[in-house]
Amino acid sequence: MAKVLMKGNEAIGEGAVRAGCRYFFGYPITPQSELPHYLAKRMPEVGGLYLQSESETAAANMVFGAAGAGARVMTSSSGPGISLMQEGISYIAGAELPCVIVNMIRGGPGLGNIAPAQSDYFQAVKGGGHGDYRVICLAPASVQEIIDLMQDAFDLADKYRNPVMLLADGVLGQMMEPVELGEEKFVQPPEKPWAATGRKKGGPKRLINSLYIVPEECEQHNLKLAKKYAVISREEQRWEEYHLDDARLVIVAFGTSARVCKAVVDRARDEGMAVGLLRPITVWPYPTGVIKRIREKVDRFLVVEMNMGQMIEDVRLAVEGARPVHFYGRAGGMMPVARDIFNEVKKLYNGGAEQ
Amino acid sequence: MKKVFTRPESLKDIPFHYCPGCTHGIVHRLVAEVIDEMDMYERALGVAPVGCSVFIYNYMDFDMYQAAHGRAPAVATGIKRVLPDRLVFTYQGDGDAAAIGTGELVHAAARGEKITVIFINNAVYAMTGGQMAPTTLLGQKTTTTPAGRDAGINGMPVKVCEMLAPLDGSAYLARVSVHNPKNIVAAKKAIRKAFDIQMRGDGFTLVEVLSSCPTNWGLSPLEALKWLEQNMIPYYPLGEYKTPAEVGK
Ligand SMILES: Cc1ncc(C[n+]2csc(CCOP(=O)(O)OP(=O)(O)O)c2C)c(N)n1
Ligand code: SF4
Ligand SMILES: [Mg+2]
Repeated sequence: MAKVLMKGNEAIGEGAVRAGCRYFFGYPITPQSELPHYLAKRMPEVGGLYLQSESETAAANMVFGAAGAGARVMTSSSGPGISLMQEGISYIAGAELPCVIVNMIRGGPGLGNIAPAQSDYFQAVKGGGHGDYRVICLAPASVQEIIDLMQDAFDLADKYRNPVMLLADGVLGQMMEPVELGEEKFVQPPEKPWAATGRKKGGPKRLINSLYIVPEECEQHNLKLAKKYAVISREEQRWEEYHLDDARLVIVAFGTSARVCKAVVDRARDEGMAVGLLRPITVWPYPTGVIKRIREKVDRFLVVEMNMGQMIEDVRLAVEGARPVHFYGRAGGMMPVARDIFNEVKKLYNGGAEQ
Repeated sequence: MKKVFTRPESLKDIPFHYCPGCTHGIVHRLVAEVIDEMDMYERALGVAPVGCSVFIYNYMDFDMYQAAHGRAPAVATGIKRVLPDRLVFTYQGDGDAAAIGTGELVHAAARGEKITVIFINNAVYAMTGGQMAPTTLLGQKTTTTPAGRDAGINGMPVKVCEMLAPLDGSAYLARVSVHNPKNIVAAKKAIRKAFDIQMRGDGFTLVEVLSSCPTNWGLSPLEALKWLEQNMIPYYPLGEYKTPAEVGK
């Protein structure tokens, strides 16, 4: 099949449509605007709905309603809007509703700016909203991967009845790359007997709900969720390995920063340094397994992020103190430059400062 | 012998948890009766609020949703857009719909969302202990206005029907009361009319029900109904604020 040129933001939209998503609710924000623009045109072509909400708070709750009614549904935003959605995401997680949420992360905190960042990592993988819940978080690093992961995002959401978040940034959203779209096939979303679509007389009553007023019952609900999260943690860790086999120094980076780090690995290899890259594709569940497997074979880890050090906590949890874990980051919408990362690698590789 | 008073099929056969003299239960019953009469049990979907009436999801026998505080109109929007031939209603208190959820309410109306909001105006935040609501009357004592609501501090009470009437998306807006049998009959008629207009696809519909909260008003059930009649109705006049021309009054 011929490849087509697509922007990342458009690829999210096309990937969603091809995954059978027919409902989008959202509120405008940069840097994800091409996605709503694309879907506003594309959804009516496939009999779907694009609806602009009055706020991200409302958008998340429209998603709650549509998901409860059994639809494949998504929303999209960036930092400030994702903060407003946290109430809805908590209710969605509590009521165990499947949906996809896109966060095109921008510089923060507060209004920050519209430049690319990875500073919403904590918010995405450690909770964000209130209560004890988890959101499956996918972090693509190319336009092709966006297309592929959108199908997985909706499938994972339905399989586990859980919100799935796609984490990216303005670089990925704006980037044009050739992608293989594959055949457009009819996607029949799975049966959802739990969806509240109208009770048949004599049939079971369906209730879309996150309230468990009796503490014993709420604890049971939390235990049930924890069990589900444990299965997801075990079954759904995804990552990419790049020259890991003989690596003495392993860079850990996701999304856009991982792209930069790939070039760094190539240059280090050219100069005879055994450097590799581990790129988490799921940041929750975190690919802890691979880190545990390789940690004894390497000298040190270097975590590179577009923030002041968030994912590094998950790397340290997996390394469990067995090796030093270093950090290099740029923040506030600044991109890490390959040369600077390379200098950091060189310093560390030659026995650089112990932490 | 013919039974003349039975529980509507749409209402589950369990006791209400409401305080004696609370009118939430009356309104639940009216909604259930109308759904029975329209034969919509299999196509009705209700959205419960956060407030004293959160457990309406247990009392209604058909499929239900429970929404975040104030967000029921957004949840109902999501449901109705996916299932346009269903009867979708929210049931919300005055704190829920006219304070924290004002944005969702106003914009559901502005979009002409084909849903019905059953809006329970009891002039207090009942569930959390009788604090001032946006609808609390001037001079009315609540736990957060111990000296009575003061316009200089808290502004004037919000009139929801009047606020929504200028929006072109609103098709039917009515204020009713349930303080006596005559008004209960009128309230039921308004709910039926709102549901019918929703199903005709004319736009957003809302029925505001003046309702009693004897517990937080510090009155007996009977005194509470009298207080409602004497104090709430003068400030919140009953009647239809909007109705499609073809449907008429
Ligand atoms: C976001 C959020 N803020 C506050 C609350 C606490 N809360 C629960 S019910 C309620 C007030 C409900 O009042 P109203 O809507 O008038 O309903 P009523 O109990 O009077 O029927 C409040 C503030 C909450 N559950 N969620
Ligand atoms: S507190 Fe008021 S509104 Fe709540 S159940 Fe009691 S009487 Fe009804
Ligand atoms: Mg109230």
